[in-house]
Amino acid sequence: MSKPDIRELVNQRILVLDGAMGTMIQRHKLEEEDFRKGWFEEHDQPLKGNNDLLSLTRPEIIKEIHAEYFKAGADIAETNTFSGTTIAQADYGLEDAVYDINYQSAKIAKEVADEFTEKEPNKPRYVAGSIGPTNRTASISPDVNDPGYRAITFDQLVEAYSLQVKALIEGGVDLLLVETVFDTLNAKAALYAIDLVQEELKTDLPIMVSGTITDASGRTLTGQTTESFLISISHMPLFSVGLNCALGAKELRPYLKIMDDKAPFFVSAHPNAGLPNEFGEYDETPEQMGEQIESFLDEGLVNIVGGCCGTTPDHIKVIAEMAAEHEARKIKQL
Amino acid sequence: MTETNTYPPLKLSGLEPLIVTPESNFINVGERTNVTGSRKFLRLIKEDNYEEALEVALDQVQGGAQIIDVNMDEGMIDGKEAMVKFLNLIASEPDIARVPVMIDSSKWEIIEAGLKCIQGKGVVNSISLKEGEETFIQQAKTIKRFGAAVIVMAFDEDGQADNYERRIEICKRSYDILVDQVGFPAQDIIFDPNIFPVGTGMEEHRNNAVDFFRATKWIRENLPGAHVSGGVSNVSFSFRGNNAVREAMHSAFLYHAIQQGMDMGIVNPTMLEVYDDIDKELLTYVEDVLLNRRDDATERLLEFAESFKGEGKKKEVDLSWREGNVNERLSHALVKGIVEYIEEDTEEARQQHERPIQVIEGPLMDGMNVVGDLFGSGKMFLPQVVKSARVMKKAVAYLLPYIEADKREGDKPNGKILMATVKGDVHDIGKNIVGVVLGCNNYEVIDLGVMVPPEKIIKTAIEEGVDAIGLSGLITPSLDEMVTVAKEMQRADLKIPLLIGGATTSRVHTAVKIEQHYKNDQTVHVLDASRSVTVVEKLLGNHKNEFVDDIKQDYEKLRDHHEKNRGRKTLLSLKEAQANAFPITWNKDDVYQPKQPGITTFESYELKDLVDYIDWTPFFQTWELAGRFPNILKDEVVGESATKLYEDAKQMLQKLIEEKWLEAKAVVGLFPANSDGDDIEIYSDDSRSEVLSVQHTMRQQLKKSKKAFNIALSDFVAPKASGIKDYIGGFVVTTGIGIEKHIERFEKDHDDYNSIMLKALADRLAEAFAEKMHEHVRKELWGYAKEEQFDNDALIKEKYQGIRPAPGYPACPDHTEKPDLFKILNAQENTGVDLTESMAMTPAASVSGWYFAHPESKYFGVGKIGKDQVEDLAKRKGMPFEEMEKWLGPNLGY
Repeated sequence: MSKPDIRELVNQRILVLDGAMGTMIQRHKLEEEDFRKGWFEEHDQPLKGNNDLLSLTRPEIIKEIHAEYFKAGADIAETNTFSGTTIAQADYGLEDAVYDINYQSAKIAKEVADEFTEKEPNKPRYVAGSIGPTNRTASISPDVNDPGYRAITFDQLVEAYSLQVKALIEGGVDLLLVETVFDTLNAKAALYAIDLVQEELKTDLPIMVSGTITDASGRTLTGQTTESFLISISHMPLFSVGLNCALGAKELRPYLKIMDDKAPFFVSAHPNAGLPNEFGEYDETPEQMGEQIESFLDEGLVNIVGGCCGTTPDHIKVIAEMAAEHEARKIKQL
Repeated sequence: MTETNTYPPLKLSGLEPLIVTPESNFINVGERTNVTGSRKFLRLIKEDNYEEALEVALDQVQGGAQIIDVNMDEGMIDGKEAMVKFLNLIASEPDIARVPVMIDSSKWEIIEAGLKCIQGKGVVNSISLKEGEETFIQQAKTIKRFGAAVIVMAFDEDGQADNYERRIEICKRSYDILVDQVGFPAQDIIFDPNIFPVGTGMEEHRNNAVDFFRATKWIRENLPGAHVSGGVSNVSFSFRGNNAVREAMHSAFLYHAIQQGMDMGIVNPTMLEVYDDIDKELLTYVEDVLLNRRDDATERLLEFAESFKGEGKKKEVDLSWREGNVNERLSHALVKGIVEYIEEDTEEARQQHERPIQVIEGPLMDGMNVVGDLFGSGKMFLPQVVKSARVMKKAVAYLLPYIEADKREGDKPNGKILMATVKGDVHDIGKNIVGVVLGCNNYEVIDLGVMVPPEKIIKTAIEEGVDAIGLSGLITPSLDEMVTVAKEMQRADLKIPLLIGGATTSRVHTAVKIEQHYKNDQTVHVLDASRSVTVVEKLLGNHKNEFVDDIKQDYEKLRDHHEKNRGRKTLLSLKEAQANAFPITWNKDDVYQPKQPGITTFESYELKDLVDYIDWTPFFQTWELAGRFPNILKDEVVGESATKLYEDAKQMLQKLIEEKWLEAKAVVGLFPANSDGDDIEIYSDDSRSEVLSVQHTMRQQLKKSKKAFNIALSDFVAPKASGIKDYIGGFVVTTGIGIEKHIERFEKDHDDYNSIMLKALADRLAEAFAEKMHEHVRKELWGYAKEEQFDNDALIKEKYQGIRPAPGYPACPDHTEKPDLFKILNAQENTGVDLTESMAMTPAASVSGWYFAHPESKYFGVGKIGKDQVEDLAKRKGMPFEEMEKWLGPNLGY
């Protein structure tokens, strides 16, 4: 399916990223057998909750979710691979399934994207390979009594990420999205892996990086300020840099502003639907969230906008309508 | 810089960014975490004492290093393992990790291992063409992939560049390869064009510094974007053992190198003299060598260096002053605050004088006059003066028995001054300082201590026949107490001046509220200790009338001005103010149920855990040194004093922690609460059926601009009507338990310096404890901000969510709310803190207050209020109107 390079398209309009995958999967009330079907029937550990497996076991559900987001107006769908590394899958004893998870996730997302691109050639759809942070941190010790200890090393992360990146690229993604970065060293390992794999495969896919500011201190989990985070990953020729998760749009604004001012790249944001309520649910309505996103767009803070935890196709629909009414943002720092 | 250089700046990062622009000052790279340069650091690493090794790193960051160089190249240690371990440990220390790291090694495997440990953008030190282009390119590519900047040595296959031409040739070649073949960002390249020793006596070394300067200039002009760095101490290698010469040489070298464009360097700040302070003759000889200005430059410097040998910053204690005559020695001891020889010298002086009192009147007072002059002209600072006073007191104490034995008629001090901290107030640091300063100026000071009732002041004044009374106080009720004392003095028909001092007092308050109540003599506000002698001298001297006339005129003007100002600010009625309350849309997401409701107490809290929470700025204010910490340590005027004071403070702090001089106790209570108008109802339990206590808050009444509100603390608690279950907290902390016997010990030893120091430190610890406890409440007990991560500076700037206003302070100025707070916390029993009748806490090193958690809660000042609110408060609290009015004196706006 031929379509324009997204690096060109971003100069013409605001691009819309999709919303939450987990929130949508929850709606299907899936059971243990859904996570095993056809692939892991005999596996000796419970698999319920390992959402990435659904790309293999219930691909029709994942495809439907991608389709709903595209229908709502998303330009870019994220693959269902947030935990698709040998490190994250080790919790389920499924390190061996990692290549398949990533390859198939990329493949089905691409199929849906191509369908939509064919139907609406004026609004081509793209697939971003989602690369999560893993559940281990290379900069912090999990043992308070032994601050020098590390549960994961840079080399182990590079190895795990390399496998994921390779499978995503071979599965057909258009971009790579290193997201929910709470430890910059993990992200640097992912970028290192991407650089190695792209050199090996002779590809040049655009790379997006999206960090997570964990609280009102304006810092990442590992303590970096927004600007420090930006400086620490700017050695790669990134397509975009931005922020996602942890905070709602309103709380995210001051840190996005720093990205807007200082980043030599395009800027992305995919916030949560507000902050979680006392039940851990995200209950900002599409209208409430949209109001905030509109202010980002009015201010010209972002080029790419979407949703993270708690957002749904309804949220994305509102966001996409707003995005269509705003002009493309230009990079401030060159 | 050439105009065509439009490269972006070099950007580095630890937890925080470091951006090197052409406008940045020289970037100082810390060099003490380097096993090849620091014997101490090597020993610590060898002994596996990483804890102390981290302190070395912390020290240099706190000492101003903007990057820290880490080097583990030593045959006896596993460099790779040590590098990884140390960098991982640094990552857990935010105060160190905030700056970028320079990974320094001659072994590539160590560099690579280091790069895998740092989340920020660091610097590799170093790579070069030493092993040929292929290795160089490979290493540069890897560094780029890791996202670090790089130091490139002027070194190639043929060896290290040792002249100008070789330097620029190698740097140019390296630059072209990096930029054109590797695609390395030019601004991330830092050249080290080799700093070599000068003054070695070898002909070929004579131009070493000049070549470096020229190469630096050439690089900055011809290799756009690139930076220049170097290890400065190399240049003075041949002068080892002569620190004075080395320090001068380092600063002169830097002075010239920076002018040529060197913008970064590895420098030991303690081995650096201020360029302007270098002995002019020495500077000439040093620059002759550096700039290769004379054939015999080295010989001349060596010869001159002999005379400088052994001096320098770390010089031994200079005892040459001991060679002067006894008067000179006493004067020196007083000015420098040296107690070691004071008794010996005083004895010598005593033997030379006919009468012991003459030693005081003669050499000791001469010395103190020098101190006074230096103090008056700003060349000495309070901590130094207090030290001088300590020496003086020792000398006087030594002489006292002799003076007693020699007593004759007619010996008279300049005057007798009664000093007291007024009833209800326990703060006396400032009063003690004034006492010391007056005492040193030959005034007899009768110090009645703290919490002195008016009757006792009047009685003592009459019995002792004092020449003036000085009142001190820190808390706001003390202001009214001073008015009472003034009235009582009038009633008792005293005819002596009244001096007013202390942190909350002011010229305006004295003029408007106190002066008119005491007509028999003049009331004068004394701004600080340094003015006290002048004021007393004038009031007791021959020109008293002129001075008093000036004061009267001045105060008259102040009163006029005050009167006019008062009319300008309009107060809203309480009803109007309530209608403009701070609007919060009540939402149960913003309200947090405490994780640990009810009372929590803390006994013998570890003092050492509070040290990091100390806000030092007010500590220096106590000593009347103005400026913010830590900048004050480097202040041009008071920096040296402040640094000395700070060192002494840290020493005592360590001692009082180790020897457990003070006990810290705290009580925290978290209770169900809802607001009801301007009141906050506090309930016994979550059924909210029984009201435990009511906090009566005060509302701002000043008319506000359009968008501002008239706030009361009750606005931050969910109203009963909202149906939302909200909470409030209260606390009392103290670090003053046990302070008395140590204060006594110092006072017995005439050691006001340490006595004041201890009180000041206890005050700081109490504030730090309040800060720490608030954090504990936010993160654990109440638990609404588990994830917050603030450094001390952010805490001091109150960046956290929620507030902890203290009764008696601007947001809730009503001191009479304290007893209820103490009651619901059972604070007296739980912490040992008592309330005086003026509602001051004793021990003084205590803090109490309320906790509010709502994200929109903020600090504010109630300011002036109207009569209607005073009436309303009196009614709500069941207190007589007049009494309410008396307590709220400073807030009355009518």
